[in-house]
Amino acid sequence: MLCYICKQNEATVHLAQIAEGKMQKLDLCETCAKEKGVQDVTNVSLASLLVGLGLADEAKVETTGAQCPVCGFTQSDFKKTGRLGCSACWETFESALNPLLKAMHKGERHVGKIPSRAAHTIALNDRIKDLSKDLEKAVREERYEEAAQIRDRMRELEGRLKVSGSAA
Amino acid sequence: MKLADLLKNPSEWVHVEGPNGKIVLSSRVRLARNLKDFAFPGWAKKPERQKALELILPVVQALPEMKECFADSMDNIAATDKQVLVERHLISREHAAKNVGSAVIVNQPETVSVMINEEDHLRMQAVKAGLQLKTVFKTIDRVDSELEEQLDFAFSPRLGYLTACPTNVGTGIRASAMLHLPALVLSDQINQVVQAVNKLGLAVRGLYGEGTEALGNYFQISNQTTLGEKELDLVDRLNKVVLQVIEHEENGRLTLLEKKPQVVYDQIGRAYGILTNAHTITSKEALNLLSMLRMGADLELMPTSARTMIDELVIMAQPAHVQKAAQRKLTAEERDVFRAELIRQRLVDLTKPKVTERPPAEESGTALA
Repeated sequence: MLCYICKQNEATVHLAQIAEGKMQKLDLCETCAKEKGVQDVTNVSLASLLVGLGLADEAKVETTGAQCPVCGFTQSDFKKTGRLGCSACWETFESALNPLLKAMHKGERHVGKIPSRAAHTIALNDRIKDLSKDLEKAVREERYEEAAQIRDRMRELEGRLKVSGSAA
Repeated sequence: MKLADLLKNPSEWVHVEGPNGKIVLSSRVRLARNLKDFAFPGWAKKPERQKALELILPVVQALPEMKECFADSMDNIAATDKQVLVERHLISREHAAKNVGSAVIVNQPETVSVMINEEDHLRMQAVKAGLQLKTVFKTIDRVDSELEEQLDFAFSPRLGYLTACPTNVGTGIRASAMLHLPALVLSDQINQVVQAVNKLGLAVRGLYGEGTEALGNYFQISNQTTLGEKELDLVDRLNKVVLQVIEHEENGRLTLLEKKPQVVYDQIGRAYGILTNAHTITSKEALNLLSMLRMGADLELMPTSARTMIDELVIMAQPAHVQKAAQRKLTAEERDVFRAELIRQRLVDLTKPKVTERPPAEESGTALA
């Protein structure tokens, strides 16, 4: 089978995707898969591709770890100042920060106050996270119809998340 | 409200006697918060900082706690005035260095103050006289909840409130108590106490926080960790440690009086003598002597009402306060002269320490216990 994108090389990366309620398959060669941000095949989360999360961005951050995509802050800036650039930096430099936090604090998880407007968002996020696990499982077990339903439910919740975010 | 009107009176915590007021001057809790969609102030470009400020300032000013308040952009505040705010613990030294794009809001009794665009978008604090950390926390927690209704704070379910510095992430809380520990210093026990407190994961600092000297035997005890502990648990833990330090200080005073009463009376007497007669005095000397005088009031060698006056003087003797009181630019030497005069005037009605009329040591012991 030839790669769907370049139509030249043998396709070695096979993705299954559900769009508009129908299952679509995508067969790519290594080079094109890499270009699309699908680098480590074992790490590919189909579910995140399905809901259109920017896997390419994620992969970039994971491998370089050098610059915050939101504010442009770099790890060397952090080394210089000991301060971060924006709230997204906490995610960007997560792997570098975690050992630091572990050494610095009593625990690694927040157990204190939760802003009430965030509480709602957090509940939604948790629900979406659970659904995404269900989705991955459904895809793995090739229950595509069910997966499509879960995906629709996730979209709905994400829509609500956006609404509550912009109303805030 | 104008800054001059705010500064006319001393801060409430200075002239109100709080619980455990003999040893604890004040309890303070600050929270660090940031807006979700803005770069942190230290990294944001000027327009973004200004935008964040324009968003936050009206919300803070609308707080019920800020009905009567002073609010201004840092570039509108004169250097001496900024320093006065630092000396009153209303803003940090870092914030005093800020200009356009940063602001400060202080309520009239100076019990609640908010810094906008310091290291974080919001640094809010509440302060009260004596040891009442829980009450102070509740005040600032309420302010935070009110602000949160209008502002979108950067928050992660795993890491809590996101801050510019990893040392503040999670609860963003810094709770502290300011203690006066002359007996522990005089009896050389202070290092032991500081080490013990450090071992419990708490920091001990000087009168003006991080990196400052322990002038006048004033020590600030505060938490160091902010992640992995509930706010109230942390406040409770700090409170317990402070209570223990109070006990050590009280015991230290009793022991000193019992074993070396002359040393104690000598220190207090000399402090009184110098402060009421000096014609030039540095702020460091003034603070150290005022500390001895305060202990004299605690030991009832002087009317206990003198304590509030002494606490006021500790603030008034600070360089920017002296400068401000003089209403003109002073050289360092002129400042020392002016300071000495100010202290002499304030202490003019204070009777000298009544050591001879004191009952025997045992009784003074029970009176203190």
